[in-house]
Amino acid sequence: MGRAADASAGVQVRRRGEGVTFWSDRLFRTVVVTCASVLGLLLLFFAYELWQSSTLSVRTFGWQFWVSREWDPVRERFGALPFIWGTLVTSIAALVIAVPLSLGTAIFIAEVAPRWLRQPVSFVVELLAAIPSVVYGLWGMFVMVPWLREHVQKPLVERFGHIPLFAGPAVGVSMMAAILVLAVMIIPYITAVSREVILAVPQAQREASYSLGATKWETIRRVVLRYARVGILGAVILGYGRAVGETMAVTMVIGNRPDMTLSLLQPGYTMASVIANEFTEATSPLYLSALTEIGLLLFAITLLINALARLLVWRVSRGEVRY
Amino acid sequence: MTTVMFPRQEEAIAPPPPKISTRNLNVYYGDFHAIKDVSLDILPNHITALIGPSGCGKSTFLRCLNRMNDLIEGARVEGSVLLDGQDVNDPRTDVVALRRRVGMVFQRPNPFPMSIYDNVAYGPRIHGIRRRSVLNEIVERSLRQAALWDEVKDKLRQSALALSGGQQQRLCIARVLAVEPEVLLMDEPASALDPTATFRIEELMQELKSQYTIVIVTHNMQQAARVSQYTGFFFKGELYEFGETAKIFTNPEKRETENYIRGRFG
Repeated sequence: MGRAADASAGVQVRRRGEGVTFWSDRLFRTVVVTCASVLGLLLLFFAYELWQSSTLSVRTFGWQFWVSREWDPVRERFGALPFIWGTLVTSIAALVIAVPLSLGTAIFIAEVAPRWLRQPVSFVVELLAAIPSVVYGLWGMFVMVPWLREHVQKPLVERFGHIPLFAGPAVGVSMMAAILVLAVMIIPYITAVSREVILAVPQAQREASYSLGATKWETIRRVVLRYARVGILGAVILGYGRAVGETMAVTMVIGNRPDMTLSLLQPGYTMASVIANEFTEATSPLYLSALTEIGLLLFAITLLINALARLLVWRVSRGEVRY
Repeated sequence: MTTVMFPRQEEAIAPPPPKISTRNLNVYYGDFHAIKDVSLDILPNHITALIGPSGCGKSTFLRCLNRMNDLIEGARVEGSVLLDGQDVNDPRTDVVALRRRVGMVFQRPNPFPMSIYDNVAYGPRIHGIRRRSVLNEIVERSLRQAALWDEVKDKLRQSALALSGGQQQRLCIARVLAVEPEVLLMDEPASALDPTATFRIEELMQELKSQYTIVIVTHNMQQAARVSQYTGFFFKGELYEFGETAKIFTNPEKRETENYIRGRFG
């Protein structure tokens, strides 16, 4: 009886809401719908513009553009492979360096450090993110590169020069320099996000582990990191996205030579830096179009990374439920 | 002289030595004096219930027994907690070993986001058991002890998070039992559960009583009356009254105890 009466009352209330739509509600709705659609449209517009401007290059080179190693503005022969290579090598290697350091720092801040030390350490790490990338570039160019050449690259060439990875000569500006700068630049992001994720692990999980006689290390490794793994994966992908797109600092230390080499000591080039570097010199329509096509590719790769990240996160979080 | 003459009779009459005894236990959270001078003996193979209004310190007291208060920043413990005569708060005490002996079940079920099997095997694994056959045995035995085996035996590989609240809590009990503790501390283990699940947990406690020393903190006085043999009434951080459950509930000595039990506050 009571339930039936409640239900009919509910229907009445809903009907009344349907009939009267206040003008302020309608205005509000219009505003938020506009905001949401502007962003979507902007994305589509970007893609369309890039596609439009790169048609000349697409028509001229076709699929060759993606696999050709030649980049010769004088003879107007353009291929993007060296830039794709440079971008992949530097970003992945930077991740390999940055992830363990960031995770270690995040774990220290969230789990190990005494409370009074947490804020200062987080603050310093986050300050790293506030430094403009051109300043990283300056530091890289004038401090790190000469130091690398004298104290790292020369000894490496002497001892391991026969290994392609460390083939000489030691010139300083190199993929290695770009990798190191990139690693330093993405560490604050991965650290900050991982720290938040680790701090968000419920205390009840830690208590459950400790109460079973686990040590701190066992609790962190088997419970905290496990619980936080999806978020940590997200942090790593966020860092990777930044490494792929970073332009200024990389341009200043990588040497900007469109070569494909296995050696980390040799100069390279990335997609972002070739666009920044050569856009003003691109006088012919085909040159400009080729650069835009690289931009399109960078755009597509970034989208792909994000899609892959979503897929991974989705699968891991689903796996967590299934497990 | 008489004690020398009738030693056997003395032994028979004397109660067993307490499993845990606290002496002048004080706990501070910063400036807040949460536990005041609590001295209490907990007998083995009995269920001891701690009751009292919210914030009276009963949970804090419970957490002293396996040093879970170590994890709370700013908490300070003074006085002694003796487990089989050994001081738990001694700086030389191996906390990891202590917590193996004194297991804990929490207010809200807190299974790990792993399979049912991995939850129960967590403790044995961190204590170095790797052999599959041994682990299987422990997992089955613990789940049977926690009266959960029949419900989950076909889905040990599934996520523990898919279980109902009552099942999750029994899983947490199984997880504790898997490390074979001597003492079970239960911090309002049924407060997040429905009556049926609560009944199952209480039933389970009766079965476990013969092998374990159980201390339960509860808000629910009927529960304390039903399951325990001894009851301690905490009020404003002090142990107001302690004694046999029947006596506390029928003929309490202090007015505060009586008021609380009659439901006049709390």
